[in-house]
Amino acid sequence: MNNTLGTETAAGRSAQGALQAGGAVSSASPAARATKHRRRGRVRMRLEITLLSGPAIIMFLAFVIFPVVLAAFYGFFRWKGYGPPTDFVGLNNYKLILTDPAFQAVLWHNLWILVLSLVIQGPLAIVLALLLNQKIRGRALIRILIFVPYIISEVIVGTGFSLMLQTSGAVNDLLEHIGLGFMAADWLADPNIALWTLMAIISWKYVGFAVILMLAGLQSIPEELFEAAQLDGASYWQIQRRITLPLLGPTIRIWAFLSIIGSLQLFDLVYIIWGQYVSGTAGTSTMAIYMVAQGRNAGNYGYGSAVAVVMFLISLIIALIYQRFVLRRDLQGAVTEGVH
Amino acid sequence: MTATTAVPVRPAKQPKARGQRDKPEKWGSPVTYFIALLLIAVCLAPVVYIVLGGFRTNSQISTNPAAFPSPWVFKNYAAVLTSTTFWGEFANSIIVALVSTIGVVVLGVMVSFVIARYDFKFKGAMYSLFAAGLMFPMVIAITPLYLVIKDLGLVDSLFGLIVPQVAFGLPTTVIILVPFLRAIPNEIEEAASIDGASRLGFFFRMVIPLAVPGVVTVAILSFIGSWNNYVLPLYILNSQANYTLPLGVQAFSSQYSTDTAAVLAFTSLAMLPALIFFAIFQKRIVGGLTGAVKG
Repeated sequence: MNNTLGTETAAGRSAQGALQAGGAVSSASPAARATKHRRRGRVRMRLEITLLSGPAIIMFLAFVIFPVVLAAFYGFFRWKGYGPPTDFVGLNNYKLILTDPAFQAVLWHNLWILVLSLVIQGPLAIVLALLLNQKIRGRALIRILIFVPYIISEVIVGTGFSLMLQTSGAVNDLLEHIGLGFMAADWLADPNIALWTLMAIISWKYVGFAVILMLAGLQSIPEELFEAAQLDGASYWQIQRRITLPLLGPTIRIWAFLSIIGSLQLFDLVYIIWGQYVSGTAGTSTMAIYMVAQGRNAGNYGYGSAVAVVMFLISLIIALIYQRFVLRRDLQGAVTEGVH
Repeated sequence: MTATTAVPVRPAKQPKARGQRDKPEKWGSPVTYFIALLLIAVCLAPVVYIVLGGFRTNSQISTNPAAFPSPWVFKNYAAVLTSTTFWGEFANSIIVALVSTIGVVVLGVMVSFVIARYDFKFKGAMYSLFAAGLMFPMVIAITPLYLVIKDLGLVDSLFGLIVPQVAFGLPTTVIILVPFLRAIPNEIEEAASIDGASRLGFFFRMVIPLAVPGVVTVAILSFIGSWNNYVLPLYILNSQANYTLPLGVQAFSSQYSTDTAAVLAFTSLAMLPALIFFAIFQKRIVGGLTGAVKG
């Protein structure tokens, strides 16, 4: 990364080398002409940086960061969304949220979904990736086809599954046809089953994504390692356990992070299949459903904003804990890369 | 890689000195094929159900929910394909997805270029800012985001979808494009500067053409993300004339909840464009995601 600073002449370039080495700009080049040139180069560079990065940063701050800050402000008011908020209630919204049994229930659902997603999809994806990593015919086609559920929108997945899983739907019908009629159930409304139905649909939709990530991770492991282990007489399963899994670690940890964030913000699927009311009794509603129902649909934007802040803080805390204790090693390169 | 131990596809290559160790090979492969086929069947069955269901009548569906069309009927698809509602929502989805994608790509390439190839004090902070954006999914920010859009007077307009989608698309774009642009060899930049090209000239004449593969990946992800977005249109759009397809599917399925066959036809036509798009560009999507994880 020696020559990334932007100046168009060789003089500017050598000056830049000095700047990077010690930051001592003034001692870098004694020639007045070169200094002038360099200064003009630096002004020009600053202008370029501003012009090129300005629009993206403004958009990002205005529509990603600012709304979260704004939510923190609105969260202190009882406010219907019209005119400026005036009814300051302090931390009352937060007190209501945290003591509301309905919110505790949805938080619990979210945590269940988070844990179950990791426990179900993780091992499944690793095993499938190991299987598909073998040189079998049609491997490329298989990789495309298992990715299809990930591409389809959650609205369509939800619409399709809610039709199939009705009590008189295709799934129960199929079970009867193959002689498993006793297994037919009310997949969506029975509170004992609904969460597991949701987990099955989530796994169906997202496991292909996990497999593709794991396959990429597997392909970055140098082949020599396997050959060496084989020469030393290691069995297939020994190789997987001692070499593949440890070296797949970074991929697994990144996937788990994406899965955790996804679980915490789960909305579309539940909203489409169960709707905002049924999801409560079926035991599948999530924090995002609660936020939409209590905030927008009830017209309480102050309260809804407070829920958004709580959701954001929960996600942030979980993400920070995860990064601190699990992702630390992997992210050292990724996040600080830009500094060097 | 693991294939050398577990797959008998090329048994000749492996000397049979360690006969016992190779035992799993013998049955490993058929099992692999079986599991792969099972996996594909599970992945595709719901999709096939939706598509085939559109070719059936409601009485076929209610008497025999899990069965093939007999006879095949085309009137459900014909009805959707001749409805102005479907094509209006289709056009809205296309407009929003295209403009959002162009916005994400243009702004994303510009800022990624700065982070990747300029050296300045806030470079690391800038990268971390966008990287942190990955922790702000749109669903979490939707309530305050809606209030911001409302204050800007963009509620119930397609522009009100495009602007936030561009902003929320930037983190992924930056994460994917920065390593990509950084990988362009410095020699090329030096050669350009010797030839008298300025930094911006280098950007337009060399970087943009060289970055095309990365840009295509980013563009596809952005397009599909926009095409499938549900929560933002749910908040922003009020009038049916402005609906995008995900809202349209939901509205159609609640409006015609008794006409299952029509709902299935509408749903499968709404998913078709994303699938075609994916079929054309699948290599880039799968490859781009793997690249992003490695980077």
